[in-house]
Amino acid sequence: MDFDLMISSFPKLLNATLITLKLVSLSLVFGIFLGTFFAILRTGKNKFLKNFSYYYSYVFRGTPMLVQLFIIYFGLAQIEYLRSSFLWVLLKEPYWCAIIAFALNTGAYTSEILRSAFETIDKGYIEAGQSLGIPKNKIFYKIKLPIAIRQSLPAYSNEMILMLKGTSLASTVTLMDLTGVAKFIISTTFKPIEIFIVAGSIYLFITFLIHTFIKIIEKKLEYPR
Amino acid sequence: MELLVFGKNGWGDELFFATLMTLAVAITAMLIGFLFALIFTPLKISKNKILNFIANFYTTVIRGVPELLVIYLFFFGGSTAVMFVAKIFGYEGYIEINAFIIGAFSIGIISGAYSTEVFRGAYQSIKRGQFEASKVLGLKENLSFFKVILPQMLRLAIPNIANVWQITLKDTALISVTGLVEIMRQSHIAAGSTRDPLLFYSFAAVLYLILTFFSMKILNKLEAHYQRGY
Repeated sequence: MDFDLMISSFPKLLNATLITLKLVSLSLVFGIFLGTFFAILRTGKNKFLKNFSYYYSYVFRGTPMLVQLFIIYFGLAQIEYLRSSFLWVLLKEPYWCAIIAFALNTGAYTSEILRSAFETIDKGYIEAGQSLGIPKNKIFYKIKLPIAIRQSLPAYSNEMILMLKGTSLASTVTLMDLTGVAKFIISTTFKPIEIFIVAGSIYLFITFLIHTFIKIIEKKLEYPR
Repeated sequence: MELLVFGKNGWGDELFFATLMTLAVAITAMLIGFLFALIFTPLKISKNKILNFIANFYTTVIRGVPELLVIYLFFFGGSTAVMFVAKIFGYEGYIEINAFIIGAFSIGIISGAYSTEVFRGAYQSIKRGQFEASKVLGLKENLSFFKVILPQMLRLAIPNIANVWQITLKDTALISVTGLVEIMRQSHIAAGSTRDPLLFYSFAAVLYLILTFFSMKILNKLEAHYQRGY
């Protein structure tokens, strides 16, 4: 065991953790919007939009995130039209490509989580709202959405942890996130175990934080049965 | 499209064999995962606190650390570890482990952690009455396990094992960083030499979709089979 290496690499890895955290939080925020949007389409009445949402989540959940990232980072640059459009400002940066890929991916999973939450809402709540004469959009915002959010929290905490691990793929498109820096140190020092312990502990610590955070929110949002 | 034909001018045959390679890695990894689950599920269920701790340590660490990091650990540390063991048995010299073995092993360890959780969950959701009934009937312990508990465990576990299979299949894409020529690696090579990454990565996505689609079909059949009588 090379403890000196573990101590000396710790600040570098901690620095890289910042990029990892940025990637996770941004993609989760965008992912929530995408997920809610597609979950609403999926539970809606329009057949075309329903199918669209279904295939979106099917494709993104059925393929590895690495492929999605590579299509966006390497593939889209090939399209002449995109390169002259305003989107190119984002697509030429590996950082934004990674966030777009991660957000689309987590959006697919989030939409599935929310959809199943929407579908399992007790019909009585909605009927109660309707018979009280509450307008339709108010039923959505004040009754359906809060219940669905509470329902989907446990599954969503899993998704957050999966996303945290998923951001390690950013290292394959030249971003120096936690895994990227860890790999760099491993390949220069050939001490994989030491670096694995340090980087792994950082990941586990963040996982632990996410887990605790969601548990606290779950407690707060608990409703009496 | 001519780039995807079979034969000398296209990448069709290369991609076909790469798909077989992906399947081979995924199946091997899944089996290695079952082996790990076979070891760690009993530890997880046991009443011994130390054994519990070992199993929990395994599943939490592996499920909390990125797959890529685990792969790097074995990719860079694998041959060192093997050479260390070989040295004990008196073999000096460099040993290089085949990329397939490293890949299948590291994905297998990851898949094993998920499988362990699935089997533990299945075991724990079997009603106590089943254990008591087989005891009252005087069934020997291993007979009661194989004839009463295990079939019910499989029924409960198969939907979740299908999920583990999906995760494992998709994780094999990460093996491409070790240089093993599976779908991702082959697409990377093809994209590099034809300068058409959009086509080849999209095609790779289609190949993965085909794999997940057909494996889900098979697993759903299996699920229906174990669901008989319920």
